[in-house]
Amino acid sequence: MTQHVFAPWNDPGEKPLIQFRNVTKRFGDFTAIDDLTQDIFEKEFFALLGPSGCGKTTMMRMLAGFETPSSGQIFIAGQDMAKIPPNKRAVNMMFQSYALFPHLSVWDNIAFGLRREGKDKDTIAARVEEMLRLTRLSKFAKRKPHQISGGQRQRVALARSLAKAPKLLLLDEPLGALDKKLRQDTQFELMDIQEKTGTTFVIVTHDQEEAMTVASRVAVMDEGRIIQVATPAQIYEAPNSVYVADFIGDVNIISGRAKPTGDKVATQWAESQPDILGTTTTQFDAGQEIHFAIRPEKVAISTEEPQDAANKLQGKVLDIAYLGNISTYHVELPTGHVIKAQTANTRRLSRRQITWEDPVWISFTDTAGVLLER
Amino acid sequence: MRRFVLIAVPYLWLVALFLIPFVIVLKISLSDVALARPPYFPQLDLSAGWEGLTSFFAELDFENFWFLTTDDLYWKAYLSSLQIAFASTVMTLLVGYPIAYAMARAAPEWRPTLLMLVILPFWTSFLIRVYAWMGILSNEGLLNQLLLWLGAINEPLTILNTNTAVYIGIVYTYLPFMILPIYSALERMDDSLLEAAEDLGCSRLSAFWLVTVPLSKNGIIAGCFLVFIPTIGEFVIPSLLGGSGTLMIGKVLWEEFFSNRDWPVASAVAVILLLILVIPIILFQRNEQKQREAEG
Repeated sequence: MTQHVFAPWNDPGEKPLIQFRNVTKRFGDFTAIDDLTQDIFEKEFFALLGPSGCGKTTMMRMLAGFETPSSGQIFIAGQDMAKIPPNKRAVNMMFQSYALFPHLSVWDNIAFGLRREGKDKDTIAARVEEMLRLTRLSKFAKRKPHQISGGQRQRVALARSLAKAPKLLLLDEPLGALDKKLRQDTQFELMDIQEKTGTTFVIVTHDQEEAMTVASRVAVMDEGRIIQVATPAQIYEAPNSVYVADFIGDVNIISGRAKPTGDKVATQWAESQPDILGTTTTQFDAGQEIHFAIRPEKVAISTEEPQDAANKLQGKVLDIAYLGNISTYHVELPTGHVIKAQTANTRRLSRRQITWEDPVWISFTDTAGVLLER
Repeated sequence: MRRFVLIAVPYLWLVALFLIPFVIVLKISLSDVALARPPYFPQLDLSAGWEGLTSFFAELDFENFWFLTTDDLYWKAYLSSLQIAFASTVMTLLVGYPIAYAMARAAPEWRPTLLMLVILPFWTSFLIRVYAWMGILSNEGLLNQLLLWLGAINEPLTILNTNTAVYIGIVYTYLPFMILPIYSALERMDDSLLEAAEDLGCSRLSAFWLVTVPLSKNGIIAGCFLVFIPTIGEFVIPSLLGGSGTLMIGKVLWEEFFSNRDWPVASAVAVILLLILVIPIILFQRNEQKQREAEG
């Protein structure tokens, strides 16, 4: 039995639901979106991830119709959206502030969009009840927004934006106002609802963990450009740049000069230290500037010199961050570089072998890290 | 003890400046007119003791209130006051709402200036401002001169000393009372609500009716009462800008008091006016309270 993998972006025959074609958006002198081209496919859960001011919210607002591109085109289901106002788009948005109408009950908030379509009463009532069930809000139908909790308000906002069964649902930092525990629960709820309704979701977030959890593909943005688009696993394991590697999770970066040796590439990074060996599919010229990136959990730490490790370096423990389940050791190399190594705390804390100022060995295989050009 | 004192201060204030004067007016309204000083009878003679007190109360009657019903001038004046107050409240709302809306939508750095401009006229005497309107609206006034110069009219319009002038005066004077509560309601409104309404299929206009207007409802109600209540008893504007045809209870009251020197009837007119005003004042208070609860 072959498991079906959801990856329409790899299928050249698939027609994208959303197409950005050389879209640029300027606000005065400021360029919010810089010549951006991107496809988003039906039923995708697409995350726009980046620091504030990177243009992710502008991209979403252009999809909703609140902003128009300065140049370039946006197509939704093959239709050019340039002249189509927000109220005529089969796109709904869940606002960061939720934007629930304070003078209307939960029921009326959800029914708001349906009433604008001029549907008959019974159809509206049935749809609202369905949405209330989906978001588990039936008990609160008669309450006003200020009479329910933050998490419930978030679900009302979701129910309201889903009520019209949009082709595309936009979520602007949907979980920003919730506390961590509730946020994690809601992330799974969102994925569940997305799967049940089969709607295409585009989510804007600055929380990389959230993007990794919910999204089918993540677009990492910076200064109005998309730096990399890939599945969460690819983004994490195979970032295409130091920026992406650094933005997603924790990473050690060692910069040096490339020295291709057979099918491997060595990074010359310090005179007194051995070169770091890595594997890559990219061609590097000898002497080219290169950045070796490795995640802390892929770096092993030991008191004894490891035997058959492709890369091993000696250093001294500078700091230990104890997080309960894992510990991160900050190891200072003789060159002054600090490398983070992470281990799972399989033993009790009192039996930990390594402590501050200890001389240690760090080691990793030649496939553990990635080699980046920029 | 401290709490008692804190509560006592406003109560003493109300008793001294509202309740006692009201009791005096009520007492005069139950008295008879007399050619004396003060021009009414009876007077309470505390030196006569208990007998003086009983004879004092025996002299009081509702004759003046009865008199008010016999002459149709009074109820016509009340009715016309209510009518003028209602019409000018509607007009003030129609003028004030767009101004408040524009202020709330203006760039944040402009708002304090705009707010200042609304409040600025209060820094000049109210009487002077009404006199200024006489200068503008009279036959040889600025408005007529402008219209003649523009060629819009051939002979001056008679505006001063008509109800039109009274409406202009009232709308002008009470406009800030309408603008400020509506502005404060609109300013607090989250702009994303309008985007949400549009996103859910509203046109700009229907978003205004379905979201902006309901959310500024409390401001509208407060503004309307703040205009309506004082306008009913308005005296200065109708007497300076209005003509002989302008019938308002404030003017009638003034004439009874100063021209006819019939203090008892004037007091009766004032007591009835107060009773009429109690209804909208209670409604206003209730609206304010409901708003506080909703925000609570």
